[in-house]
Amino acid sequence: MVMVASVRVVSDWLIAAEPAQLLPARSQMAFTLMFHIILVPMGVALPALMLIANYKGLKRNDPVALTLARRWSHAAGLTFAVGAVSGTVLSFEMGLLWPGLTEKYGDVFGLPFAIEGIAFFLEAILVAIYIYGWRRLKGWTHFWLGLPIPFVALVGAFSIISANAWMNTPAGFTVGPNGEPTNIDPIAAIFNKALPLELAHFVVAAYMAAGFTVASIYVVGWLRGRRDRYHRLGILIPFTVAAIATPVQFAVGDSIARWLANNQPAKFLAMEVVTQSGADQPEIIFGRYDAETNTVSGGVRIPGLNSFLTGGSRDTYVQGLEAVPPENRPSNVNIVHTAFDIMVGIATLLVGLVAWFAIAYWRRRDVPRSKLFLWVAASAGVLTYVAIEAGWIVTEVGRQPWIVYNIERTSDTVTQADGVWVSFIVVLVLYTGLGIATVTVLRAMSRRWKRQDTRDEAAPYGPRPAPEPEAPEPEVDAAGRAGP
Amino acid sequence: MTAADGVAGLLALAVTLYACSGLADYGAGFWDLTAGGGERGRRPRALIDTVVTPVWEANHVWLIFLFVTCWTGFGLAFGSIMSTLFVPLSLAALGIVLRGANFALRKDAAKAGRRHLAGWLFGIGSILTPFCLGAALGGVMTARVPPGNAAGDLWASWLNATSITIGLLAVAMGAFLSAVYLVAEARWRGMPRLQAYFRMRAIVAGLVGLALGAAALTALFFDQRQMFDRVVGRSWALIVIGVLALAATFLFAARGVVRGLRVAAAVGVAALVWTWAVAQYPYLLPFDLTIDQGAGAAVTQRWLLAWFAVALVVLGPALVLLYVLDQRGELVEDPTTSASTEDTPTPTGPA
Repeated sequence: MVMVASVRVVSDWLIAAEPAQLLPARSQMAFTLMFHIILVPMGVALPALMLIANYKGLKRNDPVALTLARRWSHAAGLTFAVGAVSGTVLSFEMGLLWPGLTEKYGDVFGLPFAIEGIAFFLEAILVAIYIYGWRRLKGWTHFWLGLPIPFVALVGAFSIISANAWMNTPAGFTVGPNGEPTNIDPIAAIFNKALPLELAHFVVAAYMAAGFTVASIYVVGWLRGRRDRYHRLGILIPFTVAAIATPVQFAVGDSIARWLANNQPAKFLAMEVVTQSGADQPEIIFGRYDAETNTVSGGVRIPGLNSFLTGGSRDTYVQGLEAVPPENRPSNVNIVHTAFDIMVGIATLLVGLVAWFAIAYWRRRDVPRSKLFLWVAASAGVLTYVAIEAGWIVTEVGRQPWIVYNIERTSDTVTQADGVWVSFIVVLVLYTGLGIATVTVLRAMSRRWKRQDTRDEAAPYGPRPAPEPEAPEPEVDAAGRAGP
Repeated sequence: MTAADGVAGLLALAVTLYACSGLADYGAGFWDLTAGGGERGRRPRALIDTVVTPVWEANHVWLIFLFVTCWTGFGLAFGSIMSTLFVPLSLAALGIVLRGANFALRKDAAKAGRRHLAGWLFGIGSILTPFCLGAALGGVMTARVPPGNAAGDLWASWLNATSITIGLLAVAMGAFLSAVYLVAEARWRGMPRLQAYFRMRAIVAGLVGLALGAAALTALFFDQRQMFDRVVGRSWALIVIGVLALAATFLFAARGVVRGLRVAAAVGVAALVWTWAVAQYPYLLPFDLTIDQGAGAAVTQRWLLAWFAVALVVLGPALVLLYVLDQRGELVEDPTTSASTEDTPTPTGPA
């Protein structure tokens, strides 16, 4: 009883002490990040797919592959441009929403952002050259100019993941007497403990997302009976890439979970909703956690599995949430746990899908014929994205209440400016419109491509049409007239 | 000269580059918005589109670079600026989303109505963002941003005479620059009518800019005397250079000289940026926080400088390649994927 009462007192105190801007600021940051993360795989991994198709097309003199490469490059260019915009917003938000973080730790963890800025710049230049170079540049020159794009994109991903990993496993400084960071070593901050696994996890996820998403578009066409070479290649190239990435991801994901158990126990406990320390912990699938009593109701329990997965045997001791002071527990265990289960569930399904594909391809060298396979494959893109969002929620919500794990509370860094609710609502409306517009335009692009299939395949690189004559000198009378 | 001074110099450089490139993109948006509807605005709009399309993302990155360098090098100043100037900077971000997204999307929007709406939003964003960025700069310059989380006044910090005139000046500078760039582009493409069209606009925008510059100085005189004295006392040479560059631009434009036209205009804008930078040095937040006081760890500053050197080596050739290919006409819109050339009847036909 005393325990429960004290928990309540602490949580009341926490809520009372929470700055008014915290909730809207966290909501806005979460929303804009979750929007941006949709575009990231298209910037990180889609260029690789397009270059594979480009290479295939040039090597085999295959106009279909070249058409695919060309179209994918335009989709990549569009998502890249939208991503540039939503990424700029994020850099604003680092200061607009969390001035306390940049004020205090900017010199510790800011460097990777500077690296990312340059990597992004370089990628923007190369993407522009690649996209606008299709018509006039020579085939191989064009390919070689595009080749660095996926690698530059990796540098960008490395930087951003490094900064996020630093928030999870802060490094490169010691806490001084006034709580200020001292002995700053920005390089040690970049190469923090969480970086290798988090980076691997994310990059592989990006390749899965891009691969499955692009493939799923052509699977839909395939299901509608458009069983030509164009659709066949459109499925096989990206699906193969995703198929290679998926089992790798299963291994990486498993390592991360075990790594978290030792390095960010509170997050791990929230993911797995371990309430009481002990051996022989069950794996609880879904269910509902009650923060007040620190218990879980409902859900499916697999006896001993959590201990087994964590340490290789049912006897493995796993710490429970009761050992974490209530004010340091992730602020919403249910969200973290549910998101984790969704992510793992989807990953399991995708592993099955990939195994099916591998067997079918090995036997027949073609897209599997089964309708069930095709239906699941058609939704694999969306599913991967759901998994990415869920994984992002696990990382970010699981880190709360800390913005710098175990050192700085999120609530202490939020802006004290009024009006975050207003900006959150504006962002919500604006991004919804932006999302709808992007999808509409991508669909319009694809409809247009559908209409021009034959013509487009005829001349991927050449003969290069003569430059279109500039519109003849305007006879517009407005030209001489005073402005509007 | 400490490493922190070097990083502060980087910031000023990033502002300069952004002013000379990104600001001109906003200006292009301004001309796009005011080009008039339908047939009348079609040709200038088409030229704007062709010119801005391949470069706007690259130009835009200077702003991101400015932000991340600022929070890495001078976290306290960054946090103070972003929190006190929460409103104008949120609006600037809003404008960036509006213009960037609509510019990226409008060419591919299939329906004319949607394209029209996207064009409007693009134009509005193009005015909102430079105004707000300019107003925010005015807030910093007039010592309205004290160090600390939202320590200054949320509204008065940017809604004051100086900030507003500087905001308007930023809009005018962008319009001026882009009109000048478009004169050169029209000339290069052999479009004398459009050349005349933008030359007139360049001159008008330049004159408006000159008037606004004088207004900003006057406002500063009454508003923040200490900063005014620094501007006049230390940066007078830069102001002279700016005015001379403006005069040279007018001269080149009037005589139809294209060589040196763009450079002259860019020098004028750069001189204006450095007028501010030199006057404010060594303060990050006048007159409370100097570069030394506000600097993050020295080791981080050195890494920033080293990284910038690396960046120059990497980006330089890439940028040169982009501009060379662009100028040689190797980079062109891909007709198979662009709605504008697909769905409209013919370039010369009725729209």
